[in-house]
Amino acid sequence: MKKRLLGMVLVFMLFAAALSACGSSKTEQTGGGATARSLEDIKTAGTIRIGVFSDKNPFGYVDANGEVQGYDVYFAKRIAKDLLGSEDTVEFVYVEAANRVEYLQSAKVDIILANFTVTGERAEKVDFALPYMKVALGVVSPDDALITEVEQLNGKTLIVVKGTTAEAYFGENYPDISLLKFDEYQEAYDALLDGRGDAFSTDNTEVLAWALQNQGFTVGVESVGSLDVIAPAVQKGNTELLNWINEEIKALAEEQFFHKNFEETLEPVYGSSVNADNLVVEGGEL
Amino acid sequence: MQDSGIQVLFQGINFVRLLEGLWVSLKLALVSMAFSMVLGFLMGILMAGRNRIVGFVCRVYLEIVRIMPQLVLLFLVYFGAAKHLGIDISGELAAVIVFSFWGTAEMGDLVRSALISIPKHQYESGYSLGLSRMQLYRHIILPQTFRRLLPSAVNLLTRMIKTTSLAVLIGVVEVVKVGKQIIDASRYENPKAALWIYGTIFILYFAVCFPISKLSTVLEKKLQV
Repeated sequence: MKKRLLGMVLVFMLFAAALSACGSSKTEQTGGGATARSLEDIKTAGTIRIGVFSDKNPFGYVDANGEVQGYDVYFAKRIAKDLLGSEDTVEFVYVEAANRVEYLQSAKVDIILANFTVTGERAEKVDFALPYMKVALGVVSPDDALITEVEQLNGKTLIVVKGTTAEAYFGENYPDISLLKFDEYQEAYDALLDGRGDAFSTDNTEVLAWALQNQGFTVGVESVGSLDVIAPAVQKGNTELLNWINEEIKALAEEQFFHKNFEETLEPVYGSSVNADNLVVEGGEL
Repeated sequence: MQDSGIQVLFQGINFVRLLEGLWVSLKLALVSMAFSMVLGFLMGILMAGRNRIVGFVCRVYLEIVRIMPQLVLLFLVYFGAAKHLGIDISGELAAVIVFSFWGTAEMGDLVRSALISIPKHQYESGYSLGLSRMQLYRHIILPQTFRRLLPSAVNLLTRMIKTTSLAVLIGVVEVVKVGKQIIDASRYENPKAALWIYGTIFILYFAVCFPISKLSTVLEKKLQV
């Protein structure tokens, strides 16, 4: 019994030592470790590795033929074409929301184009280029009592999902709107269908897609509330590549590239009545 | 008929993709299991031996493997190696390393317990027949150990097949991930496809694991003395 106890203590100490070693190596890791490939390296290699989602329709997803598609993918192919001369030079790496930062930090991808929302916390770990998309809140309501201005909601009931930006935004800024809160999206949509509320609000991409699938409902307010932007990200300190992407985004504004991208990839999902300017950012200018 | 979502399975090459994903899972599990068997046997023999220091080192290894979630190990090997050591390995290789690391420890412990479960008189009778240590293990102890080991080793293999789904977090597209991709790609046209896809994955796992368990029962019977 005594020996076992001693063994456990020793294992524990070993573990603590290993952990502290990890911790210290992390803090001193700035220049060392995995450095991302420079623009030159990418050109020499002839391929660029871009991390995209493989299960986030319509931004990055794999279609029934096994081909990767979507708004982010469309842009990724264009980057490859302009940088290396061909769309086929892009090597897609399928990432998850939880490991996007890791992929950049370990230099396993050159760029992340995975619907990456810019936040202050993330900007400490990766470098964001100019935005190419924006997300705000949308309000969907029945056609026979369509809400086109947020003010129309005063004194009425708005359905929201707990923990979303919609809950926070309307709770803080519109005290006259009574909020009906649900834990899950499905419950919230059901409540709207049953008429338990006058309208429902969450990310505009989400309500737009839903309204298209549900007859009799329309997104009357397509963009309201605090604006989040979505941008390409590179490894922290990879300024050369970052600058190239920024120049590319500015140059693409000439031909309204992202509007074309919208028509190809997002319009089939969000419907043609949606104003592309509520989602798309050209030339990085909001 | 109402749109049930089953047609998603047969759109394009969806079903073939699921099978390919299953093959990725199987390949990872089988290769890792092969390594675990060989290394685990060695480790088990070492653990059952009388050398205290070796025993202690093995014990520490086993405890570390048991305490650390496999996901942490996967991240350490895949991202950690690239970040801190500059070693860039593929997701598949990282998964094989981690699952072998885990399997070896588990297998070692199984072999150890199988070895010490062999009654002492088996050893003593062997020695009294004049067998050398090598001969004793080769002809008496290991065959018996193997028989006792079979059910738990097969159990470990099926566990390993199911655990391969963790590898998706280091970029390995295996059967569950393919399923998610298919569900998401048809999320707007066929919101009900999820049930069918996950149902199919369930059947695929079953179709793989059940024959393996069955085989072990048959073998067990055959090896019975």
